[in-house]
Amino acid sequence: MAHTSTVARGGGEPSAPVRRNKPQARRTGLPDWLVPYALLLPGLLVIAALLLYPLYQLVDMSFHQVGLRQIRAVNPSPAEFVGLDNYSSILDSDLFWTSLRNTVVFAVVTVALTLILGTLVGLLLNKLGPKMSTFVVVGIMAAWATPPTAQAVVWKWLFDSDAGVVNWALNLLPDWLSSLVFGRSDWSGQPWFNDTITLYLVLIIAVVWASFPFIAVSVLAGLKSIPSELYEAARMDGATGVGTFRKITFPLLKPVFSVLIVLSTIWDFKVFTQLYLLAGGTVNRDAFNLSLWSYAEAFSSPPKMGLGAAIAVVLTAILLVITFVYVRNIVKTEDVR
Amino acid sequence: MSPITRKRLGRVALNAAGIAVFLFAVFPVYWMVTTAFKPNDQIFTTSFIPFPDPPSMDHVSRVFTEGVAGHSVWRYLLNSTIVALSAVVMGAVFALLAATAVARFRFRFRTSFLILLLIVQMVPSEALLIPLFTMVKRLGLYDQLLGLIVINVALTLPFSVWMLRTFVAAVPKELEEASWIDGAGRFTTFWRVLFPLVAPGLVATSIFSFITTWNEFVFALTLIGDQGKYTMPVALQFFVGQRSTDWGGIMAASTLMTIPVLIFFLLVQRRMVSGLVAGAVKG
Repeated sequence: MAHTSTVARGGGEPSAPVRRNKPQARRTGLPDWLVPYALLLPGLLVIAALLLYPLYQLVDMSFHQVGLRQIRAVNPSPAEFVGLDNYSSILDSDLFWTSLRNTVVFAVVTVALTLILGTLVGLLLNKLGPKMSTFVVVGIMAAWATPPTAQAVVWKWLFDSDAGVVNWALNLLPDWLSSLVFGRSDWSGQPWFNDTITLYLVLIIAVVWASFPFIAVSVLAGLKSIPSELYEAARMDGATGVGTFRKITFPLLKPVFSVLIVLSTIWDFKVFTQLYLLAGGTVNRDAFNLSLWSYAEAFSSPPKMGLGAAIAVVLTAILLVITFVYVRNIVKTEDVR
Repeated sequence: MSPITRKRLGRVALNAAGIAVFLFAVFPVYWMVTTAFKPNDQIFTTSFIPFPDPPSMDHVSRVFTEGVAGHSVWRYLLNSTIVALSAVVMGAVFALLAATAVARFRFRFRTSFLILLLIVQMVPSEALLIPLFTMVKRLGLYDQLLGLIVINVALTLPFSVWMLRTFVAAVPKELEEASWIDGAGRFTTFWRVLFPLVAPGLVATSIFSFITTWNEFVFALTLIGDQGKYTMPVALQFFVGQRSTDWGGIMAASTLMTIPVLIFFLLVQRRMVSGLVAGAVKG
């Protein structure tokens, strides 16, 4: 973006006469070298105080026992150092394996479904006429824009056991088909949120519904940037639809896909709001994922902040590994330098 | 089948798929809005009622008058607006300064700062909840909207700087140089030349921060205990917990919360994509 402007305005370096002195701002106050640091300072302070320092504190707390007496506002007592105790009690807990399983399975399934659906819709949008395409984009915007709390509440209502529209729709299926596919034909009163598996099924649907629009619109933006000559050439050579996707579209969109995969993984790995609301808070321990478990340990009574912090450290560590891949990709494709 | 018929059939199939996607995306939102306007006997039924007949304002007016958790939803909408607007204004100032530094100057640690921005964005905010909670408690900011505001500034800042720097970089540097030649100082140049040109980008970035803050749930849930200071998302979850069967009221509140986001979303949708994908999409 930056480099086009000079050239467009006829001031490209090659043709321009050699400049003797670059214009400079009239000297006022600060020496030149200090200006960028002064501009960065407020933002950097906020990031340091409210993101980096807490991150350090999080790690520190994970090695301590932090309870009510340590967090009270008046005269808090110092936290007791417990070494790796918090971490070993995580590993000993049954909840670790169920919540890790819930986290990973949910993330893998949701990321896969979101990407597949999003890519298909992106390809579809690219093929549709301009009016139809705008119509569909506005529609998927509605799903994307719905706030996470509202998403959870709406899907809870759609899957309500007594008056939910999903149970009504499932009852519409012919009995033989319903029995064949689901092994049952009567869906009246089906309680979706009591069982962990069906709870996660609804969660997956809700999150895929809310996140596929972003993938679709990003893929569409990527597709628009591919020169149409490539497709014409492929058609001349007699390539099929699937062949063109594999040989042209996918390789050219690879950087887009890698960013989308990592972003979706990060978002889905730590899903909290929708799970918290669909599961009805922290009552169903079987449905915990890592972030909900961390929250439950830290904010139940009595609060075990140290243990909660240790769980959060584990979650963050997993995410930072994924992030590493993401940052490496960005640094490769973007002008960070 | 002649090629023309086949082509036409293909077009029909594509449009049908488009309509199916549209319906899947829109139906839950449609159901939320229509439920808000249905009388109770049309909500608690096992039959399918596609449209409220006749539409009733009962639920909408009830969430305003009787409200949730002892307060009208006006209160929660107001709290949410205070938090989001304050966070956006503070964040916009900090982000604009930092973005100018990164886009206009070459200095040591510039690359390190950009990489720091990327990494910090990826730290799950849920993980920072525990230390920030103890910090807020210690500073006496528990139950204060101020604490929530400052935290939201921090949560949205890295992305704002990242997005805004491309807008600053897009302004031709010659304009500023011309202003310097005319004898303007650094501040005048920034305020009279750069700022007006970056303003559209600043608006887009601010809208994004507004949406993030408006939707923020976890911190609002943990840092606010006083029901009079709830933001809209927390009031909504309280609603669900308290009266899990009042679907009309819950849907009315959800609709009210979704409307501003939806409007803002349609305004900035394009820029958001390019910002999030951060350069991977070359357009």
